[in-house]
Formats: sequence, C-alpha cells, structure tokens
Amino acid sequence: MSRRGFLRWGAVVGTAAAAGKKLSGGLRKKGAASGAGQGAPAAPAVEKMVRTGCPSHNCGGRCLLCVHVRDGVIVRIDGDDRPGDTLEDPQLRPCIRGRAYRRRQDHPDRLKYPLKRVGKRGDGKFERISWDEALDRIATEFRRIKAAYGNQAFYVPYGTGSYNQLNGRQTAERLMNLFGGSLGFYNSYSWAAISAATPTVYGTAVTGNQRQDWLNSKYILMWSWNPAEMRDGTNSEYFVRRAREKGARVVCIDPRMALSAVALADEWIPIRPGTDAAMMSAMAYVMIKENLYDAEFVRTHCLGFDETQMPPCAQGAESYSDYILGRRDGVPKSPEWAEAITAVPKETIARIAREYATTKPGVLYQGYGMQRRAYGEQPVRAGCVLAAITGNVGVPGGWASGIALQAPDGGPAWIVFPTGPNPVKAQIPSFLWTEAVIRGKSMGPGDGVRGVDSLETNIKCIWAVACNALVNQHGNINRTVRILQDEKLVEFLVVQDNFLTPTARFADIVLPACTQFETWGLEDGWKYGDEVLLMPKIVEPPFETKSDYRIAADIAARLGLAEAYTEGRTERDWVGWILDRYRKTRFPGLPSLDEFEHSNRGVYSVPVTRPAVAFADFRKDPGRHPLSTPSGKIEIFSQRLHDMNMPAEIPAVPKYIQEWESPFGPEAGTYPLSAIGHHYLSRVHSTMENVDWLNEAFPQRLFINPVDAGPRKIRNGDLVRIYNDRGATVVACRVTPRIMPGVVALPQGAWWTPDKDGTDRRGSVNVLTSERWTPLAFGNAQHTIMVQVEKAAKA
Amino acid sequence: MVNQYAFFFDASACTGCKACQLACKDRNNLEAGLLWRRVYEVAGGNWEKRGEVWVPAVIAYNVSMACNHCEKPVCAMSCPVKAIGKRDDGIVLIETGRCIGCRYCEWACPYNAIRFDAGTNTVSKCHFCFDGIDAGEAPACVSACPMRALDFGDLAELRKTYGDNRQIFPLPEPSQAEPALIIKPHRDAAKAAGSGAEVANWEEV
Repeated sequence: MSRRGFLRWGAVVGTAAAAGKKLSGGLRKKGAASGAGQGAPAAPAVEKMVRTGCPSHNCGGRCLLCVHVRDGVIVRIDGDDRPGDTLEDPQLRPCIRGRAYRRRQDHPDRLKYPLKRVGKRGDGKFERISWDEALDRIATEFRRIKAAYGNQAFYVPYGTGSYNQLNGRQTAERLMNLFGGSLGFYNSYSWAAISAATPTVYGTAVTGNQRQDWLNSKYILMWSWNPAEMRDGTNSEYFVRRAREKGARVVCIDPRMALSAVALADEWIPIRPGTDAAMMSAMAYVMIKENLYDAEFVRTHCLGFDETQMPPCAQGAESYSDYILGRRDGVPKSPEWAEAITAVPKETIARIAREYATTKPGVLYQGYGMQRRAYGEQPVRAGCVLAAITGNVGVPGGWASGIALQAPDGGPAWIVFPTGPNPVKAQIPSFLWTEAVIRGKSMGPGDGVRGVDSLETNIKCIWAVACNALVNQHGNINRTVRILQDEKLVEFLVVQDNFLTPTARFADIVLPACTQFETWGLEDGWKYGDEVLLMPKIVEPPFETKSDYRIAADIAARLGLAEAYTEGRTERDWVGWILDRYRKTRFPGLPSLDEFEHSNRGVYSVPVTRPAVAFADFRKDPGRHPLSTPSGKIEIFSQRLHDMNMPAEIPAVPKYIQEWESPFGPEAGTYPLSAIGHHYLSRVHSTMENVDWLNEAFPQRLFINPVDAGPRKIRNGDLVRIYNDRGATVVACRVTPRIMPGVVALPQGAWWTPDKDGTDRRGSVNVLTSERWTPLAFGNAQHTIMVQVEKAAKA
Repeated sequence: MVNQYAFFFDASACTGCKACQLACKDRNNLEAGLLWRRVYEVAGGNWEKRGEVWVPAVIAYNVSMACNHCEKPVCAMSCPVKAIGKRDDGIVLIETGRCIGCRYCEWACPYNAIRFDAGTNTVSKCHFCFDGIDAGEAPACVSACPMRALDFGDLAELRKTYGDNRQIFPLPEPSQAEPALIIKPHRDAAKAAGSGAEVANWEEV
C-alpha cells in the first residue's frame, strides 16, 4: 500500500480517542455526573486542570499530579508536566498507584455513610446511621470510657492510609490530646529496627547524603533495597540509573530478583532471608584478613574495632575484631562460615568484600526489608560498621548506611499539624498494641513502655483513622481478630476510612472519610527531596463523606471542644498555617497560600545543586565535631548496648544471630520454606488493594522457584495453600526463577478475606506472620516466618 | 515535518513498573482487561546446585510495547473494510465505526497490539496519543516513565540518536511489518533466545 492511499486518515479523529469515554463501575449513579447531558441543552462542560500532590498513603514517593476535572468529576490524571526535568530538580513522576487513582476515587465500594455494627464484632454486618447518631454514640462512649478507665485507655493507632499534613490520624490525636490525652506510641511498622539501631552507631538518624551525590559513587551495594517497587523517594531509582551511567558498578543483594535488580544493577546476589548480618560479617573478615579496611579512619573515628580501642568501662569485652576473627567463640566469621548460612558462595562474598572495600567512594544502601526481622537491629549495625571501616563516611560519593535521613537537617518536616501536648505520658512501641489490649496493666519498660513505670490500664477504646494496620498489617491476623472479637477487651472501636477494610469490619462505628482529592492537604518530600506539594480540594466529598479533620472537629463539638480544636480554622486555613511553619523552617522561599493556589504550580521545589554529605565535619575533625554517641565516635562497639547485659539478643558489636524461625531450626522440618512479604507495586501497603487497573498490572500471587514448585507438583498459575501454625492462605502462584530456592514471596498488603473455615483466600501474608517483636527496638519482625506450600484444590 | 512517528524503548533501563501502561489506561479510559500498552516480562535461566548452595544463572528483563505504527502496517493490509489507515505522519489509526469485528488485523499483527472488545465487537489499539501529538504533547506513556526509558519522535531522527535496533526477544523479525520502534537491548537479551527464556507474565499482558 502506498502512503497516498492513507491520506484520508490525516483528517480522521479516532473514535476511541481521549474523548471522555465513561468508565464502568463508577461511584456515581449512571448519568448523574457526566459531562454528556441528555435531552435538554446541557450546560457547557466546566473543565479545569489542577496540579496537586499525589494522595499520600505512606509509599516512599511524593509525586506531582495534573488532575483534570470536568463538571466536578476527575476525568484524567497526568504526571508532572514541568519543563526541564534536570538532575538538580527532576520531575516528580508518579508510579502506577498515582496513575490509577481514579479507579480508587470512583470506586463503587467507597464508604458513603456512617455505619453501626449490628452483628457480632467482626461479622461485618452494619446498618446505615445518621452522622448525628454516630457522633452522639462516639461522644457518649468516649466520656464513659474516660470516666471508667482514664485517658490512658484511649488509643489512636499507627496507620498511614491517609498520610499528608492534614489528613490522617494526627487529626484524631489532636482531639484526644484536648480531651485529656491517649496512650501514645513510638516507632513504626516500617523502620522500627533501623531507626533504633542507626543511632547506636552514629548518634543520629541523619546518616544520608542527598541523593544527587550518588553520582559521585563508584560502587553501589543495594542491600535489601528495591526502590523501583517501594519507591524509596521519588526518583531514587532514576538517580541510581544516572550513577550507573556515570560509571558506578551496582550490585543488588536480595532474595528476589526484584524490578530493581533487573534494571538498576549489574549483578544480583540472592541471599537467604535473615542472614544479611552473616554475609556482612564475612565481608569484614575478608577486609581484616586482607588488610583492605581503612585502618587510619578506624583509628581516628571509630570505637571498639579491636582491643586497642575499647571504651574504658568495657575493657576486656569482646571487640568487633574478636567477634569477626572468632577469638572468643572459636568461630571465625569467614566466607566459608557465611556460605553455609547465607547461601551465597564464599567466592562471591569475598569478591563483594574486596570490591566494596577498594572501589571507593562507595554506597552500601540498606533497605528496610532486612530489618523487619527477628534480629533486625543486627544487619543495620553490621552494615553501618562496613561503611565505617571502609572509610566511606563523610565523603562525597560515600554513604554511612543506616536509616539515612538526608543531610544536613534530616529532610522533610514530617507531621507539622499541631497535635498539641499529650497529657498522657505513657508510650508503647507501635507494634505492641495488642499486648496493651490484653495485658497493658502488666507492661513496663521491659515491654518498651516509655514515660511511666507501668501502664495503669489496658487499651479499652480505639479510634483507628486511616488505619488498616490494626487487623490487616499487624502480625498474626488470626490472633488479632480473636482479641478484637472480645468486646470485654476493646470496648469501643471506631474506624474511619474510605473503604470497609478488614479493620473496618471489626468496628462498632464506621465513619466515611473523603479522599485526599476531596479536601485540602499539603505534603513534603517524605524521606528525600526538597519539595512542598500543595493539595487543594479538587472535587466535593461525595455522599456523606467528610475529611478526617472535619470528622474530628464534629466529634470535638460533641465534647465541648469545638473552638479549642479548630481555633476557628478550616482545612484550607490549616494548610496556610502549616505553610507558614514550613516557611519559617526548611523552605523560606515558599509562596503564600493564595499565590501557591492561584499559580496552580502544585509544587515548590528547591533544586539540589550541591548535595549535602552527612558527617563531613566529623570526618574532617572528629575532635571538634564529635558525634552524639556517648564516645563522640562511630560506635562499632556500643557501651549502651553492652550495659543492657543481654548479649545473646542485643550484642554490643553487630552479630549474626539465628532467627527464632529459621531454616536451621527444628521448625524447618514442618515448615521448610522462608516466606517474605515484599512491597508490591499494586498497593501502598494495604491501600489501593481494590483497584482493578492495579490488580490487572500486578495480580496477587505467591512467587516460588521451580526447584521448590517441582517436587510439590505445583505448576505456574496453580492455586496454592501457604500455611504454618498461625494460619493459612490460598492464592494463585507464579513459578519463577526470580526468587531463590527455599524462599517464597507473598506480597504484603492483600486484604484478609477468610472463607467459612477461616482460610484466607486472598494471599494476605499476615495470617502467617508473628506478633513477636525485635529485642532492642520492640519492632515488628514480620518477615521472619517459615511456611509450607502445597497445591490447593480449586475453591 | 515528521514522516513516521516512532517510539524508542530502553530495555536496559526499564524496571517493568508499568507506569507507561497505566498512563495509557488513564488517558484513554481503558477498562480493566484492555491494554494498549503493556509490559512483557521475559524471564528464564536456571539454578545450579554447587555444593550446598544454589547458584543462579537467571536472566530477566522487560519489554514495554504499544502499537509500533509500522511502516508496513500488516493490520491495515488485512482489514477487509479498510477501517485501519495511516496518517501522513505515520500514525496508524483504526476508525472504529467501520470495524466489523472480523479480527483479521488482530491475527495479522505480530506485536499483539490490536485488542478485541467482545462487548462492542470492535478492535482498538494505541493511537500514539495523536490528538496530543497534534497539540505538541508527548504520548502519555513517554512522559510517564519514571526511568526516562521511553522516547518518541520521527523514526529517522530517533535512528540518529539511538541507532537502528528494532528487535529484542521475543519480538518477531522486524522485516514482517517494519515497526517504527527503536530498542536499546537489556544485557540479558542476547542470552534470551534459545535459552528457554519466555514471557513470564502472560496473564498480565
């Protein structure tokens, strides 16, 4: 065919083009809000495009959206359209979760009205009630519980289902504080061990350089780090690409050949889950034996490397070198030793040790999966020690490891919305809330309680805002739901969300929150990035939904706290208030709210032209710029941990410790496979679980190696049953070489969906996980599980 | 003056995150089940037991693909009612109103680009966001890529920038349809053909 034959196509407008075809399954009734009027002459469509921060659910990204609205309905979501896209000020391109947001926004299952429970708790039977009835009931119960148990009985749990400055649990926390306070918590389900362990080495969590500095690196070890899937900061994966193009060699250590390993790394090294500290120790062994470590830096900047630099109070205690060389326990931590534990060949361990020690400056970036484990503190400390003894601390292109909040000031401002002082001084570790429900009165510092010697009461009332962590994301779902089903324990449970989540199914009262497109908000760059993103109200809240702030304000009014709570401010007023705070702290050049809004710029960004390097001053002169550790030095040996006198679980130098569920324990006889619940691109934790476009892109599957599938007669696509003593789940599998033998992966966050026998049918990994916590941080160890997998009968 | 619009795809940088696929779906209002752009995961290789440890010789990469707006559009050639045509700038379009749902084009296309909708008894595919192109914008997939692994432009210009490779496993020989597509291969692509590697995510594409 000649080109001429197609000339008529120059004028054809494709009929299936972007002409606003209406998608099915919408929230609104057919024809209710469409731009296409029928019959009588329709008013001209009112169209606008609003730049806004992507609704935040605690992913690691903060991205810019261009939201197109027609007649009050979002009809299209584009990404960052700012010209330029430079390394210093890159576009904030959203991932599929932001891209698919319309399918969450317009989902027919959105909560529309307040509900009250009518069946047994957890049966999921509800009746619609009025807001007045819901608010009256809540106020009555809050007063009753306060009178009966005191304010320590209230708990506003960890939850990140809505997570910008003005949307999420902090709105409830502010009200509880005005009401007399509630039991506080510290730590998170994301970073418990790494946030506790990093300061034991460095005295701070600000151990990261700004990311543009990765382009100065010659070697990047991505250890348990998968930014392409979990988005550890918008553009982190792109910066790794740029560093690699500039010549950095990139190695990815992960039990899965994750998306990051495929596109970012030169080499993938699978490692048995929970054994990272063993490989790290063997790397140190090679560096010591071959004299590859930076002896001068160790001498001038570190503490506890060997017997010559032990702190005065711990003379004679086991130094790091003692442990590595096996001088006390008789076990040299050699590559041969580590191979048997890690399943990484000894030659590979030695080679990576040499590469990292000699290709400088280098980055050993620690992801977070390896620290949501039984002894999650150990690989964090061990990785920090490798960074220190190779002299990669405080130099451009280097990286101190650890949690790596960015220099110079720790990065974004997190929650600025003023929750006010909490009159209740007691705090628990966030992961121990079920303990506080069943035995709070017996809990003290030994259970991580802070602020008081012991709790006065168990938790009796929970107000869960944007929180599906209570049931779905906590360890051991079957245990959690037994606890929640007992109405004598938690006497009143309010859940406030966009959907009837597995947590909401256990509520006594369900409150319908609007989405972040339906109210005002503000967000900054999460862990990385120097941006502030404005989130104007773009569309009206549908049905009877309200913002988290408005719901709390309405409850406040019932409690006589309206004025104290709102201070006369609307959501937009608070955004202006928070912007003022930002302007006075990190972002002096921020425009006014009016200017920000009317310019429709969506984002205010500060280009990073000279990336900050953590510990640069300390590196230059450790005497004049000591760390905030007790010794002022990098504490390879921690006096504080030594003084805790729990060497088997909290050693003073980082060690490999066999996990309480492990391929090397007797449990492996029954449950021979390690299971990990990695982050998945189709969800942010459990948020967006019900979005069809995302399930199409990345369906929930168990990932299993052919070596493990074969003997079990499991073929690709089969339904499989994954189980241990705590529970069972059935889901289809993907047989893939991209996971190491002996390990299966079941992406975390799928909504618990029990059948009549109690077997989950959705692949919800937390029916398999444990409620047991890590020794130092009291953090979640949910990746430490052993399971068995078998072919399942069709449902 | 563009003679032939084309896509560039950098397989070495593609993570397989599918931001391109989702940007396409949103812009074009595609129901679940309808993919104009999709991402093929190629995976293969083996694990060998060496002593007590399993050692991987595994390959994996991704191929993001829409319609390649071929220079030799075999879809159009196969259409009995001339519902498929090519614009002066090379973009291949389907005039849905003329489509009789015979699906010959779907069989003819070697890239799985043409998608049949049983509900409407018509086919559809990527149209290169032609209305955006006409307004000076990039296709939605290109500007969506977090890895900056997609590009577009005139085929001749793209060749100057990126070379002329149009093949990567499991795509067919380019001579079949002369796709307007330039590919930078992933390092594993050379090992894929004949290694037993295959598309690992058929259920997703």
